Amino acid sequence: MSAPVLQVRNLCVHYETDAGPVKAAENVTFDLARSERMGLVGESGSGKSTTVLALLRMVTPPGRIRGGQVLLDGADLMALSPEQMRRMRGSAISLIPQAAMNSLNPVMRVRDHFYDTILAHDRTMSRAQLAAHTGELVEAVGLRPNVLRMYPHELSGGMKQRVCIAMGICLRPKVIIADEPTSALDVVVQRQVMETLGRIQRQLEASIILVGHDMGLMAQFVDKIGIMYAGRLVELGPVTEVFGLPLHPYTRLLINTLPSLDAKAVFKGIPGQTPSLLNAPAGCAFHERCPDAVGDCWKAQHVLTEVLPGRWVACPCHAGAAA
Amino acid sequence: MNATPLLEARNVTKVFASRGTIGARGTTTVAVNQASLAIHATPPSIVAIAGESGSGKTTLSRLLLGLISPTSGEVFYRGRPMEAIKGAERMAFRRDVQAIFQDPFEVYNPFYRVDHALEVPIRRFEPHKSAAERRALIEQALDVVGLRVDETLGRYPHQLSGGQRQRVMVARALMLNPSIIVADEPVSMVDASLRASILESLLNAHDQRDIAIIYITHDLTTAYQVCTSILMMYSGAMVEVGSVEPVIKDPLHPYTQLLVGSIPLPDPTRRWAAVQASSSAAGQHSTTQGCPYAPRCPQVMDICRTEAPPLYAVSANRAVACYLYRGAPAVATEDVSALYIGA
Repeated sequence: MSAPVLQVRNLCVHYETDAGPVKAAENVTFDLARSERMGLVGESGSGKSTTVLALLRMVTPPGRIRGGQVLLDGADLMALSPEQMRRMRGSAISLIPQAAMNSLNPVMRVRDHFYDTILAHDRTMSRAQLAAHTGELVEAVGLRPNVLRMYPHELSGGMKQRVCIAMGICLRPKVIIADEPTSALDVVVQRQVMETLGRIQRQLEASIILVGHDMGLMAQFVDKIGIMYAGRLVELGPVTEVFGLPLHPYTRLLINTLPSLDAKAVFKGIPGQTPSLLNAPAGCAFHERCPDAVGDCWKAQHVLTEVLPGRWVACPCHAGAAA
Repeated sequence: MNATPLLEARNVTKVFASRGTIGARGTTTVAVNQASLAIHATPPSIVAIAGESGSGKTTLSRLLLGLISPTSGEVFYRGRPMEAIKGAERMAFRRDVQAIFQDPFEVYNPFYRVDHALEVPIRRFEPHKSAAERRALIEQALDVVGLRVDETLGRYPHQLSGGQRQRVMVARALMLNPSIIVADEPVSMVDASLRASILESLLNAHDQRDIAIIYITHDLTTAYQVCTSILMMYSGAMVEVGSVEPVIKDPLHPYTQLLVGSIPLPDPTRRWAAVQASSSAAGQHSTTQGCPYAPRCPQVMDICRTEAPPLYAVSANRAVACYLYRGAPAVATEDVSALYIGA
């Protein structure tokens, strides 16, 4: 496989509060290959959205990126000037936001959203070129050209989300970040939107990071999956292998909680609660809820380690598997 | 099933009319069209009302809760028409039929501790109870939903997680010892890993306290997990009703087939089949004639566009509103509930 398009190294994001720093993302490290679909899952507050916003350097105060590198084709995004970073957003790495309904300007026609985005990066495009390009874009996401003349309130939730996808790809980025793009949509529309996103991603040969908490959607869409817990990546690996044989106890419990159509009325929650990120307990953040916790889990922070080819886990229970 | 149902909707229709603004004509939306449903107390029914947004499932639940009145058709509570229930009887109804709503963030007043949300209903319905008795009732209900008293009482809503807040709401509903709980999307705003515990507490209430449950959802997986019967709605109409097992495992209505096929199964080895799903339901309420699903249906026939199909009793435990099954005997919608729901 060629060099990864995106390399994230020890990314740390803290939210500064009066009570001290909330460590929303700690030492997040992963690679994203060209044309790869990666999923990032976790409960609310696990740091998944913070992590991807940090990739775009869009964390806003009181949040601060406290360290780490994000290499896009070898160039460190963290070292760029704000103006250089602005040029990268959309053109090299783009975001499809969580709430499409709130991401469009209600007093702007759909078309002008595209023109704004494109002209911010390329002043040389003529009016005719712009019109032709946006026409292709909305067609690519399965919308009729007449939506370009409409205002956001005239579109359904699924249509708005597709407009956001089209805007996310209008500058042909190498990396698309989709932050829960379908969480507000019905299952049928969700499936259509995900199929659209998948088709576009293949056409552009772009890589994609899909953020969400729906393990079912992840299983349907991604090649590789990362599981976050309390600000840390606890497991990373190919999706079929992670679902087939989860290594981290949290992943295993998370997969067990999923309702399926194979068994009725069996509910298995994960006992206990996510620890506060403000006064995170020493040691592994999961040890209080972990059925497999051993002697030193309460004092040692486990590092994400490659225990099998392509499979990374932050748990001592599998340290032996590498040998 | 001879006993009078606890709660029954008979051929209810709800039309929302919006008055036209300047230069625009008013429009009407048929949110619920000829729906029937009966919930029994013994044995307590556990029924899912499922459908996409805009299918009328929440409107139907609001009709059953007596929050709105139907345009036509009637809702009965223990055999009495809803409009006739007034005064003290209305109070008893309010106590006996409890609701749990979707958003565990909006239902709390952020200025009060969560105790307030639990205290108020007891004061209202059992004013003679002492503070100690109230406390005991609250503690008992929290225990049923698996919340620790010392970690819950005395806290403000923002100090609890979404899952905890929603479980407090389940506890609040249980406390008054209702006969029925209407839960409108109780887990859709809660993390997947916490859904299990909320659904489990609902199911425990059903099993241990004989409380009937109406579970309103768009999530067919949890509907399958929790319920025994299901009522699938599309654009206000019932499209498929019956036991949950055959409806989900072997859907007959083309719409149910589409929905079941779109469930993202948490299994990367069983991905979505590459079926071209037709466009969404948005803005297609306008068809007043024929089957509401006809504009999207891959198996549409001429008759579908002109006349809405009745429910056909395809088997002992299921009815489908689709002309594909017209060989089976048709059932009047008001009889459907008596036949299937609550078994």
